[in-house]
Amino acid sequence: MADSGVIDGPGRKDEIERAKSEGKDLTKEEKQRLRKEKKQQKKIKEKKDDKASQENEKEKKPVTSAAPASQPPTQPTVQKAPSAVPATAPVSVPASEASVPADKPTKTKAELKAERRARQEAERASKQTKKGETGQQAATSKPKAPPSDLQPVVKRLPEHIQVDNPDVLKKLAKKLERQQTPEHYAAKKIPLRSDYGYKVSLFSHLHQYSRKAPLTQQLSIPSTVIHPAIVRLGLQYSHGIVAGSNARSVALLHAFKQVIRDYTTPQNEELSRDLVNKLKPYISFLNQCRPLSASMGNAIKYIKKEISNIPSNCKEDEAKNKLLNCIESYINEKIILAGVAIAKCAIEKQKISDGDVILVYGCSSLVNHILCKAFEKNRKFRVIVVDSRPRLEGKEALRRLVQKGISCTYVLISAVSYILPEVSKVFLGAHALLANGYVMSRVGTSQIALVAKAFNVPVLVCCETYKFCDRVQTDSFVSNELDDPDDLIVTRKGTTPLEGWENESSLGLLNLVYDVTPPDFVDLVITELGMIPCTSVPVVLRVKNVDQ
Amino acid sequence: MKERDKLVEYFRDQMKKDPDMASAVAAIRTLLEFLKRDKGETILGLRESLTSATDCLTGVDSSVAVSSGGELFLRFISLTSLEHQDLSRCKKVMEERGELFLEKISMSRTKVAKLCHTFIKDGAKILTHSYSRVVLRVLEKAAAEKKRFSVYVTESQPDAAGQHMAEALRKLNVPVTVVLDAAVGYVLEKVDLVIVGAEGVVESGGIINKIGTYQMALCSKAHNKPFYVVAESFKFVRLYPLNQQDVPDKFKYKADTLKTAKNLSEEHPIIDYTPPSLITLLFTDLGVLTPSAVSDELIKLYL
Repeated sequence: MADSGVIDGPGRKDEIERAKSEGKDLTKEEKQRLRKEKKQQKKIKEKKDDKASQENEKEKKPVTSAAPASQPPTQPTVQKAPSAVPATAPVSVPASEASVPADKPTKTKAELKAERRARQEAERASKQTKKGETGQQAATSKPKAPPSDLQPVVKRLPEHIQVDNPDVLKKLAKKLERQQTPEHYAAKKIPLRSDYGYKVSLFSHLHQYSRKAPLTQQLSIPSTVIHPAIVRLGLQYSHGIVAGSNARSVALLHAFKQVIRDYTTPQNEELSRDLVNKLKPYISFLNQCRPLSASMGNAIKYIKKEISNIPSNCKEDEAKNKLLNCIESYINEKIILAGVAIAKCAIEKQKISDGDVILVYGCSSLVNHILCKAFEKNRKFRVIVVDSRPRLEGKEALRRLVQKGISCTYVLISAVSYILPEVSKVFLGAHALLANGYVMSRVGTSQIALVAKAFNVPVLVCCETYKFCDRVQTDSFVSNELDDPDDLIVTRKGTTPLEGWENESSLGLLNLVYDVTPPDFVDLVITELGMIPCTSVPVVLRVKNVDQ
Repeated sequence: MKERDKLVEYFRDQMKKDPDMASAVAAIRTLLEFLKRDKGETILGLRESLTSATDCLTGVDSSVAVSSGGELFLRFISLTSLEHQDLSRCKKVMEERGELFLEKISMSRTKVAKLCHTFIKDGAKILTHSYSRVVLRVLEKAAAEKKRFSVYVTESQPDAAGQHMAEALRKLNVPVTVVLDAAVGYVLEKVDLVIVGAEGVVESGGIINKIGTYQMALCSKAHNKPFYVVAESFKFVRLYPLNQQDVPDKFKYKADTLKTAKNLSEEHPIIDYTPPSLITLLFTDLGVLTPSAVSDELIKLYL
């Protein structure tokens, strides 16, 4: 199938040259064809290098070769990404094999679609042979047409949330390749982490990684592309050692400080441009370890802006010092002092009064800080900590509050409607605040807000302004994070009921991390700029943009 | 202390001179007079003395509007660049701005009336609560535009202010009926729209008004009748109550009660808080706003 491309190639070229000589402008389709041709020829060259390993792969995957003719151009590239990696480490081969069963369920849907497309192409081909075009070309332009149903409405989703679209995966693999510096071999590029396990179909557009296969195992040693501080950070993220959006942002900024300290501008390069390019592979690597949060995204934007604003006549040491100071002040102003201001606002404006019963969910560093400060100011209140599986972060919050001497109660989220009649206020932390006023937070937050609304209990969200992001989202499906499904497996009384879940074809484990709460359930948002209603988030964003 | 008494006297005079004037406007006039008479030496000292004067006035008339008006006045006059070397010149600038502010807010009721009267259709039946001068102005304008409408007014105990409103409306030849406070749910099915004034508009977009407003808003929500609020912009205050309990005590009770009562929980509050979810639209001199836009305006005013 792939070879047929070589045979048809020269024939098509003649046609195009004929069209050119006739003075006709190349139509959009013909231009696309030209581009596809060039890509194919490149692929063929590279395939000739890896042909031996490719044939092995093809034998292992008879299923995928059964897919109809419309898919061949995408097939070899999906195989290529994992096939290039085995040169470096044997671990990735079982990982790529694991990705095959993941592809299976999505392929059945895609197979039907592909069959329909094949029929359409056959019809088109017969039409186009009259014009002198081949069906093959139509087939290559077809996969661009929506595998995702949203395409006619949404123009372009970001790459990292279209995992079931093989084209996007191909683009992502290429992007990671291009982020290496030219003199390094392919072996030292950033590896593409592959998905693990069966994904529930509603969330099949998201990545689902396993903690047992960290990205760092696929890196060669020594890895000169990625700074060791970043590798360490990536591992900490993917194993959940550093968790919570404030902690992750601060850790990221400290790692970047280390990177900047160790950085030297190469000859004939400008610091402002080269450093930004150096940071790109690190960010891709961290994104593969664990998807970036909104707060981290804003921090990265700020750093990139500061770096590119460095004047070219600035000496390297000066520039580095300036950048380190910028990062230090960002952490200080936006995170630490903002937390202090929010606590002050909450306490002074009597949002925590004597006799209050306050409900908190999970472990938010900001909410814990506010409660501890209020207790120091001798407010008499008690706290109810609500917790949920599998993370059980509430235990950490409970530990911190009890250490201070605050009287606490601990319940699981299933008991929240039982306990709510006692509660006078609900304090929630946020992972991000979206531009339409929706609050993105740990999964379970929207449930608590809903039940609190039904009981007429005021819900307060505490959030620093650096977590405000321009995105708009109305549901929790479009953009989310899937955690390791193996976390849901628990052993009680010696038995592990979910032990062999991968072997059950109709069983899927879903471990969501975030959910989205509508603004009607939130009464008040406390930021360092003051207390605002949830619908005023775009005003703050507008004011911030004007400031910048 | 003598200064304080002079201040209070001046304030009371202003209120007596023009009973139609909002208490906040009287307070601002008093503050302007105080500014003119002040013999302070520093700008910071001036600001502090103005703040304490506002507190003093709130001690006389504990409405939300007086405190919000005072704060806004202070912000307005100090918003300019006060970098003149001479203190007297600075004071002159502040006084000019104070006069400007006063002029603006004296026009605000007319602006509100102009915006609101178009929402009253011919043949409409309106329900209103207690005595509000802004609502009166709106109904005057509507009557002047030759619209035929009838009004139901609640009695609004404990001070029977509703009777006062009914009399004023009778003078305008508007058919008016006084109903009991408890009859709001009963009369709402006959009514087309509800218009109330406000003593204060809070950051969330909700309002603070005479006790009984919250009930009226709840009933009109249940009956799907539009609930309109008319308020001038100097009533916007930097409070954010979450529920009835969260409103500070200094606003809930009359100034005299606050000073003399031994146990506040036995006193009857004279105001209540209406959350923004029950309000359809707010008519202010800044325009016709939805409750969520109030926060936007407040940010512009205060930041």
